[in-house]
Amino acid sequence: MEFNEGKPIFLQLAQQLEEGILSGAYPEEGQVPSITEYSVTYKINPATALKGISLLVDAGLLYKKRGVGMFVASGAREKLRGQRRERFFEDFVQSMVHEARQLGLTETELVRMVERGFDGDVD
Amino acid sequence: MSIEIKNVSKRFGETEALKDVSMTFESGKIYGLLGNNGAGKSTLMNLISGRMFPTAGELLVDGERATENDRALGRLFLMSEANLFPEDMRVKTAFDWAARFYPGFDGAEAVELAERFDLNQKSKINKLSTGYGSIFKLVLALAANTPYLLLDEPVLGLDAQHREMFYKLLLEKYAANNCTVVFSTHLIYEAAYMVERAVILRKGRVLKDAPVEELTAGAFTVSGPAEIVDAYLAGRPVLNETAIGGLKTAAVEGEAGNVPESLEITGLNLQDYFIALMEKEDRV
Repeated sequence: MEFNEGKPIFLQLAQQLEEGILSGAYPEEGQVPSITEYSVTYKINPATALKGISLLVDAGLLYKKRGVGMFVASGAREKLRGQRRERFFEDFVQSMVHEARQLGLTETELVRMVERGFDGDVD
Repeated sequence: MSIEIKNVSKRFGETEALKDVSMTFESGKIYGLLGNNGAGKSTLMNLISGRMFPTAGELLVDGERATENDRALGRLFLMSEANLFPEDMRVKTAFDWAARFYPGFDGAEAVELAERFDLNQKSKINKLSTGYGSIFKLVLALAANTPYLLLDEPVLGLDAQHREMFYKLLLEKYAANNCTVVFSTHLIYEAAYMVERAVILRKGRVLKDAPVEELTAGAFTVSGPAEIVDAYLAGRPVLNETAIGGLKTAAVEGEAGNVPESLEITGLNLQDYFIALMEKEDRV
């Protein structure tokens, strides 16, 4: 995993974990890697890994089994999808419209492009 | 449990390598000790481990003076440029010797690590290449299992694959022993995320001593058309700036605040921050 600057590493790790849950790489009720595994694999400080994982625990997406490790909560995937849907407008639509305005694209042209996207021109 | 440095100065003839340094390395953390050549990093590590004596001040390891104190010294391993073994000693023999000095030294672990790095244990120490000379010392450091691990330029001469192996082994060791690690490196970029706290030395003084996240979050870069960048920079603490044609980029400390739309703000990594900070200090 490549980290980029400008965003704290623990947030990037948390996001990567979320992607893993969304994609099914970390299935519900399945165990996720330990703090040490994240630390060693990504060459990050364990305290950073702990901070990232704690975000998901606090959000109810992961839970701890004492002496065993961290597991994905059931319903975590649907919960994440719901959160992402809510944030879709500000995460994607607003910046898209902003960019379209800078390039002088009209609303009609933008809508046509979105339709083209749904028609399968994009993956 | 900590390494305390109290008002320590170290003078070599006319040169003052450390000037009244006071700071603490708390136990159980990974520290990055950063600084340009001659900043005092090696001197500080040599003083902590009792290989040198301070001109003034004192250094305590878990409350005990490290100098001339075997108990304190056995709890601490310093990997540095210096080779402490007879030059014509063979690698394997050195492993056997190390067990006498360090109570936690694990000979079997040393052999296993040597094999993973393809280090020839029959070779004489002085016949090892620069890279394998470093690896030999790294193996000793990792197998010593001391609560304090001081590493002075541990990856010097190591190829990319061996550096990667070392970083991972160090983090495994840290997880297993919860030891305190202090390491200096010029390859800041590679080690930045492993480090919890950075100590930046500059001309024998501590310039910064803070969590890495705090240092990098406290600065940013701004780029865009030169005149707009200049207007934005007015009154802000600028670390460094570069211009290529009409495009200007500057590293700035503090919060970005209100940014004109034509300017782009990006974060700084530890290495960029370090370089920018040194450039600012050079101008002072």
